[in-house]
Amino acid sequence: MKDFEYLHPHTIGQARQLLASSKNAEPIAGGIDLLGMMKDYIDEPPDRVVNLKSIPGLNRIRQEKDGLHLGPMVLLVDLEEDKNLQQKYTAVSQAAASVGSVQMRNQGTLGGNLCQRPRCWYFRSPVHHCLKKGGTTCFAMAGENKYNCILGGGPSFIVHPSDLAPALMALNAKVTITGPNNKSRTIPLEEFYILPRVDPHKETVLKPGELVTNVIVPPAPAGSRSIYLKFKEKPSMDFALSAAAVNLTLANGVCKDARVVLGGVAPIPWRAKAAEAALKGKTINEAVAQAAAVASTQGAVPMAQNAYKVPLTQTLVKRAVLASAGIPQPAL
Amino acid sequence: MPKVKITVVENGFDKEIEVEVPEGSASWTPPSESAVLGKRIVRLDAPEKVSGRAKYTYDINLPGLLHGYILQSPLAHARIKSIDISRAEKMPGVKAIIPLDKKEVFYHGDELVGIAATSMNAAEEAGRAIKIEYEPLPHVAYIDQALAKGAPQVFSDRPNANPKPETRREGDPAAAFKGAKATVTATYETPVICHVCLEPHGLVAQWNGDDELTVWASTQGVHSVRGDLATALNIPASKINVITHHMGGGFGSKFGAGVEGVMAARLAKKAGAPVKMMMTRRHEFHSSGNRPSSLQRIKAAADADGKLVAWEIDGYGSGGINGGAGYPSPYVYRVPNQSRTMRDVFTNGGGARAMRAPGHPQGSFATEVMVDELAYQLGIDPVEFRIKNDPNELRHRQYRLGAEAIGWANRNPKPGASNGAKKRGMGLGACTWGGGGGPSTPVTVNIHPDGSVEAISGTQDLGTGTRTVIAAIIAEELGLQPNQISTKIGETRYGPSGGSGGSTTCASVSPAAKMAGVFAKQQLFEKIAPKLGVKPEQLALRDGKIRVTQGGPAGKDAKWDESKTISWKQAAARLGMEEVSARGQWIPGLSSSGVAGVQFIEVEVDTETGRVQPLKVVAVHDCGLVINRMATESQINGGVIAGIGFALLEERVLDRNTARFLNDHFVDYKIPGTYEMPEIEVIFTDQPERGVIGIGEPPVIPLGGALANAVYHACGARIRSLPVTPNKVLAALKGLRQQDTGL
Repeated sequence: MKDFEYLHPHTIGQARQLLASSKNAEPIAGGIDLLGMMKDYIDEPPDRVVNLKSIPGLNRIRQEKDGLHLGPMVLLVDLEEDKNLQQKYTAVSQAAASVGSVQMRNQGTLGGNLCQRPRCWYFRSPVHHCLKKGGTTCFAMAGENKYNCILGGGPSFIVHPSDLAPALMALNAKVTITGPNNKSRTIPLEEFYILPRVDPHKETVLKPGELVTNVIVPPAPAGSRSIYLKFKEKPSMDFALSAAAVNLTLANGVCKDARVVLGGVAPIPWRAKAAEAALKGKTINEAVAQAAAVASTQGAVPMAQNAYKVPLTQTLVKRAVLASAGIPQPAL
Repeated sequence: MPKVKITVVENGFDKEIEVEVPEGSASWTPPSESAVLGKRIVRLDAPEKVSGRAKYTYDINLPGLLHGYILQSPLAHARIKSIDISRAEKMPGVKAIIPLDKKEVFYHGDELVGIAATSMNAAEEAGRAIKIEYEPLPHVAYIDQALAKGAPQVFSDRPNANPKPETRREGDPAAAFKGAKATVTATYETPVICHVCLEPHGLVAQWNGDDELTVWASTQGVHSVRGDLATALNIPASKINVITHHMGGGFGSKFGAGVEGVMAARLAKKAGAPVKMMMTRRHEFHSSGNRPSSLQRIKAAADADGKLVAWEIDGYGSGGINGGAGYPSPYVYRVPNQSRTMRDVFTNGGGARAMRAPGHPQGSFATEVMVDELAYQLGIDPVEFRIKNDPNELRHRQYRLGAEAIGWANRNPKPGASNGAKKRGMGLGACTWGGGGGPSTPVTVNIHPDGSVEAISGTQDLGTGTRTVIAAIIAEELGLQPNQISTKIGETRYGPSGGSGGSTTCASVSPAAKMAGVFAKQQLFEKIAPKLGVKPEQLALRDGKIRVTQGGPAGKDAKWDESKTISWKQAAARLGMEEVSARGQWIPGLSSSGVAGVQFIEVEVDTETGRVQPLKVVAVHDCGLVINRMATESQINGGVIAGIGFALLEERVLDRNTARFLNDHFVDYKIPGTYEMPEIEVIFTDQPERGVIGIGEPPVIPLGGALANAVYHACGARIRSLPVTPNKVLAALKGLRQQDTGL
């Protein structure tokens, strides 16, 4: 790993300034993704690393009128163990619990999880100068693409690895971004992520020097229930081969509102609107769940080695829908 | 005294010598009478290991220590046109740079330049400043690519595979196929998997003057490391001491000094400071060996009675630059008519090395699945089918024991019969191994007048518990407890020894330890008997005491004079200035070779996700006389865990187009964790009368086939390629549904 400067600001303003005044600076939270990237010299390792954990107040969970405010430095273990989240925003605590190992959850943060770089073994390989890193080739296209995306691919075929993002998107979460002059804007989390066809070199709308400073989860409507199901090839610790976050609002067994968001199958957390449409206004049963499951992968274009992600994703959506409606499902 | 002839190594040559063996000593105490052997003995070094006090090579830090690093090729095949180290040499912290003399690299990760610097970061940075001009050459990553018409050659002077391989024939396979009742033709594949030693390869090299070298190495062969270094550095072996007090796994890959070890010594000399060269995890994945892949095209047949009649295999194997088709097929079963054509294939990947039971897991996988396919086709119970075809009597008993423990009789014999998305199934596989010993490793026992006892041997403990084995055997002989024996092993200066491989260590060291104990006891008795006013044959050791008979020789029916009983310490004190020092050699009759094993597994398959969850493994094994029951169980548990990795998760993935290693890290090279672990039940079929036999390798063999067979039984999906990952299970189930609906 190359040497770097390690700085500890006390305010968001200082942090932004430290980031903006260096040509090659990166913020660090838990450091789980960043340090791995730096050790492997992926995508130009930074000369300056700015520690966001030294800024007080960013690691709180607060109940406000417009919903639950989650600071970007809240630890994943705290999301996992928070009783309120477990009951009202189940998908979020389930997603946090599904990340990596105990050690990673003790160290990893919400902001870091949302902003982590994509998974693709070509992107993560120090010897492949791929399209995402400024090269001309997406090696996955004609290469080993078992773990790559089936939805939203092109020209790069990465998958977005965040577990928290699909869960929070299913709950209609918003994200606050702070930029120059400490000006903030709050946008739906759904609009935070961008597809490679918009910009193959980045995964979010964040501009250099901008930081995620808050995540807001609106109050859960009466009758709503959310579930996050993540399928790992290696259950002990792994990224998702596929994941489904489902949030249903039911009244007398009829689905008033539905959000279905997929993880691990697209370059961004993937909102499956066709699946949502297949659920709205319906009484949830096996047939309806199956129809939504099939709809969830509408538009999928599997690559040579990842067609299995289609039936796998459909299973996850079906089970998550039924479980959200209180119908017990086999454990993954 | 009776004499036995044994072969010892003297000055590098085998020499036959005669040794005297005291009456009755050339047999083990029967387990029913032993105080220590065969019991559950906690490893002597367990407290050191769990507390972190145990010093592994990685933990060695010396004043002025430099960190070694090896720059590796980013290309799978290239000619080296030039290497320019001038800029790197001037970088801060860089103390020595030595390019390897190479004109061509043959795999991604092939070693190029050694660097020693004051920190690992400085060494890596220097590596990035080295300019290498490559001429890229075409490459092949997989067997099918290597065998394709017009494929690029890995080596310009040889084809990727022998175009005219020899076919070995027994009986008349063609005729046997004609008369058979059931015939199956199928292709089986196993991937390249890596040893994944948790402590990577490497060593710390420290020179004392020009030609004296001390080396702390992570190795399973301190003597082979010394030999390699002596040859490569052209210094006498007598001036090198190699030390391995603790090491974190070798599995067959850690015998020599390696490119990294020789480089560490050269860098240390050039820099004039000690160098620690531990491979990075990537380097470890690339260059420290692997279990080669296999591609096995098999046609096999059985008659109506379920007897195998014919077996034909067209087999290939490749770990990379050194082939890998050395696997048995058919594995343990008797087939009268056979035809075998095996081809080593070269590919542009890091080369294979011995890996826990070399060849057997690959051979076992294809054989066990094929046998299962034939059994189901004939409607014969897979356990009965194996008993009909397995010539080994002991395994017949093991099949019955294993079947009972897993609950085989309660299963629905029809594949996929259980209801719901999750389905359970059972499968099994068998194994065999040698595990015999030989006269390579003497053991010396010293008894000091203060009662302390030390056992010294040039062997090493590669994690299997050798230190405890030696102590336990000597303790048994001297009537002491294992923790009263201080065992010094893992240094070349402690005397000659073979490497710890092939499951031979226990069967080689145990007889030598036993004889050292026997001779030490004899010397002790001879030295103290006159001082006690009795004859040596009147004395006996047990429970930390020396007992004296009323006059006759000591033995089972002896009459004891309890008034003369003295403690071990009192007895040792009688030695005065005369210490006991006795050396024991391996002798025949205390060990043997050849073990049998059978493993059953029950799995649960989620037919909607493709997940295979191992629920229970029953491992039935024989290893002759068990020395330490707890350590032996641990060996089997470890073998089962590695077997689960091979069956379910592990695979080296090279990019088909660039032949570069894609999962050279623990995110995507998946080794088993706690959630993947089944309940493991170990059943021993002890045969103490056979003496000591190694058990390190056999338990890793059968699970590939057993698990694939269990998946078939659970859901009807026949998986013929390892690892059994969800994508393969889903694809196979889709294939079944399409067959059913005639699509």
